[in-house]
Amino acid sequence: MDATILRTERLQAFYVLDIYGKTKRIKAVNHIDLAIRENEIYGIAGESGCGKSTLLKTLAAAVEPPLRVIDGKVFYRINGAEVDVAALSAEEKRQLRMTYLAYVPQGSMSVLNPVRRIRDTYRDFIESHRDVRQKGEIFDLAREHLLELGLPPKILDAYPHQLSGGMRQRVTIALATLLKPRIIIGDEPTTALDVVVQRGVVQLLKDVQSRLRNTIVLVTHDMGVHANIADRIGIMYAGKIVEEAPAERIFRAPSHPYTRYLINSLPRFGDKTVRESVPGSPPSLANLPAGCPFHPRCPHAMDVCKQAVPEFTHVAPDHKVACWLVEGEGYGKSA
Amino acid sequence: MENLLEVQHLTKTFTFGSVISRVKITAVDDISFHIKPAEIFALAGESGCGKSTTARIIMGFERATSGDIIHNGKKEAKNEKVWFTEGIQAIFQDPFATFNPLRTVERYFFETIQNYRLATSRSEAIERIDAKLRLVGLTYDDLAGKYPSEFSGGQLQRISIARALLTDPKLIIADEPVSMVDASLRMSIVNLFKRLRDEFGVSVLYITHDLATAYYVCDRIAIMFRGKIVEIGTVEQVLMAPKHPYTQLLRASIPEADPAHRWQGVIRLSDAEQEEYLRQGCRFAGRCPHVMDVCRQMTPPQFDVDGALVACHLYTKTPQSDEVLIASKG
Repeated sequence: MDATILRTERLQAFYVLDIYGKTKRIKAVNHIDLAIRENEIYGIAGESGCGKSTLLKTLAAAVEPPLRVIDGKVFYRINGAEVDVAALSAEEKRQLRMTYLAYVPQGSMSVLNPVRRIRDTYRDFIESHRDVRQKGEIFDLAREHLLELGLPPKILDAYPHQLSGGMRQRVTIALATLLKPRIIIGDEPTTALDVVVQRGVVQLLKDVQSRLRNTIVLVTHDMGVHANIADRIGIMYAGKIVEEAPAERIFRAPSHPYTRYLINSLPRFGDKTVRESVPGSPPSLANLPAGCPFHPRCPHAMDVCKQAVPEFTHVAPDHKVACWLVEGEGYGKSA
Repeated sequence: MENLLEVQHLTKTFTFGSVISRVKITAVDDISFHIKPAEIFALAGESGCGKSTTARIIMGFERATSGDIIHNGKKEAKNEKVWFTEGIQAIFQDPFATFNPLRTVERYFFETIQNYRLATSRSEAIERIDAKLRLVGLTYDDLAGKYPSEFSGGQLQRISIARALLTDPKLIIADEPVSMVDASLRMSIVNLFKRLRDEFGVSVLYITHDLATAYYVCDRIAIMFRGKIVEIGTVEQVLMAPKHPYTQLLRASIPEADPAHRWQGVIRLSDAEQEEYLRQGCRFAGRCPHVMDVCRQMTPPQFDVDGALVACHLYTKTPQSDEVLIASKG
C-alpha cells in the first residue's frame, strides 16, 4: 500500500456569518478524517450544498473569511516529512501551490483571462514559479508540455473565447499539470461538458496521473465518472464523509442508506425498472438535524439516529461506514 | 393515430459578421420529426447541435428560416400565440434562473391563470393551483408567500412543471430539465414525466444530452449532430443497437456506473466546431472511423435500417427489398 500523502484530522471548517448581530454558523466541513494515498485517484461524491467544494478549499489551504477552520488539522507529506498546513507562512503556501498541489476548477472560462492570449496566462504562470529569463524558453516549455498532452500548440496564440468549452477545460488541466504537482485537486472538472468531451477530459486526467504517478482528488456528483476513474470513493453528506470504500465496493456493496439510494437511482442501459430518488430534500448546513444528519430522509431511521452521530464502522478492510444500522447488525466491530 | 406535433423540414440559419466577412451557420438543417399523443420523445445530442434552437422555434421564441410546425393539424400562425401556447408549455434548464428571486413563486401561477383566463375568482384559482401542485407532490400551502430562494433546485423544477400543467397542455417541452438538478433528486423529476404520460396522456419533448435518463424515460429518440438528425427510432433501436457511427461514439462515451466496465481505447475530439458546421457532405466525416469518399461529397439521405432512420452512407447497400421486410415482420 502506498504512503499517505494528504491527511486530515477531525477537520472542521465553518462559514461564520454575522447577520444583524446574530452569529450564524454554516457547518460545511464537519469532523472529516481523510487519508489520501500516493498514486491514487480519490473521488468525493455528494449532492450540491453538502460541503464538497469547501472541503477542497481547506485541503488546498485556501481558507478565506467568512470560512474559518474551527478545529482539526491538514497535513501534507512533502519529501517524506509531514507538514502541518496551518504552520506554513503565506509565501511558503504560495510556493507549494501549483508545484506541489494544483487545482483544476469547474468553470474554465472564469479562470482564463478573457482579454489575454493563452500564452500570456502560461507566461504569468511559469514566471511566478520558475526562474526563467528568456521569453523563448517559456514558450518552448509550454509548447512541449501541450504536445506531451496531445493538444495542438497553436492554441497558445488563441484567446479563451476562441476555444470550445472542452478545449478550455483541457487547457486548464494542462496548466495545472505544467509543474508536475504531486497532488491535483479537481472540482467538478467534467461537469457542464458534453459526454464525448467529458470522456476526453477524463482520459486526459487519467493519462496525466499514470505518467506523473501522483494523486488526484476528484470531486464530482456524476457517479458514472467516479466509476470510470476513481480508485477509492468517499460519499459526502451534510459536511461529513458517510461512507468510504474502493470504487468496486461502493458500486457493488453500498452500505449506507444514502449511498444505496445514490447507486440505485442511476439509470442503466437495458434496464427500465423504476428508479427511486432519495426522498425529501438536503438539510440546511446552518441548521443540521440532531444525530445522524440523514435521519429525516432515511427509511430505516431508529431512535438512536435522532440522538447520536454515528462513528465509522469497518465493514471490510478499507471500507468504512458511518451508520447506526451497520453497527446494530454487528458486522465485525473490530479492526 | 394522429400526430400531436409535426416538424417538417425545419431550417434555421444564423448569420454572423459584417457585410464583408459574413459567416452563415445553419444551426438546424432540414429536420423532420413527429410526436404522437402520450409519448415521450427525446431530442439528444451534444451542446451546439441545434436541439435547443429547435425547441425555441417550436415555442415561438425564434422564427424559423424555413419549414413548418404543425400542432394538432394546424400550422402556427402569427396571431394564434395564445391558442398555440395553451397546448404547449415549456420547462427550462436552470430552475434558479427560471424564477425571479425578488418575486414570490405563487405570482407566476396567478399570472399564468390570468393570461389564459383559467379562473374567475381567487379561490377558484387557488383550487386549480393546489390541484396541479399535488400532482408534483407539493401543496399550495407549501409555497404561499415564499420566494425561490426558499426551495431546493429539485423542488423549483417540480414547481416549474406544476406551473406548466396549469393550462392542461397536451405537450410539454422540457429543455434539459434535469441537468441542473442533483443526481440524487433527478429521478423524481423523470418519474414525474412518466406519470404524466401514463395517467394524463401528456406528451413530452425531452431535450437532453443525458442518454441514460433518455433510455429510462423515453419511447422514441432522435440523435442530432451539428444541426442534422443522424438517427431516429425507438430508444431500444437507437441506444441498444446504434447504427450511425456518431451514435456509436456517443453511446460508448457515456460513463457506465460500473467500475467493472471502464472505458477502453482512446477517442478523438474535434478541435474546430465551426468547420464541422460548414463542411460539405456528411458533417461527421472528419472524425468517422468508417469514412468513405462519398461522405465528403454528398450529404447522406436517411435510410431505413430495421425500422430506425439512419443518415449514413454506410447503409446505402442495405437491401430494402421485399424479402427483408418479410423477414423483419417475422
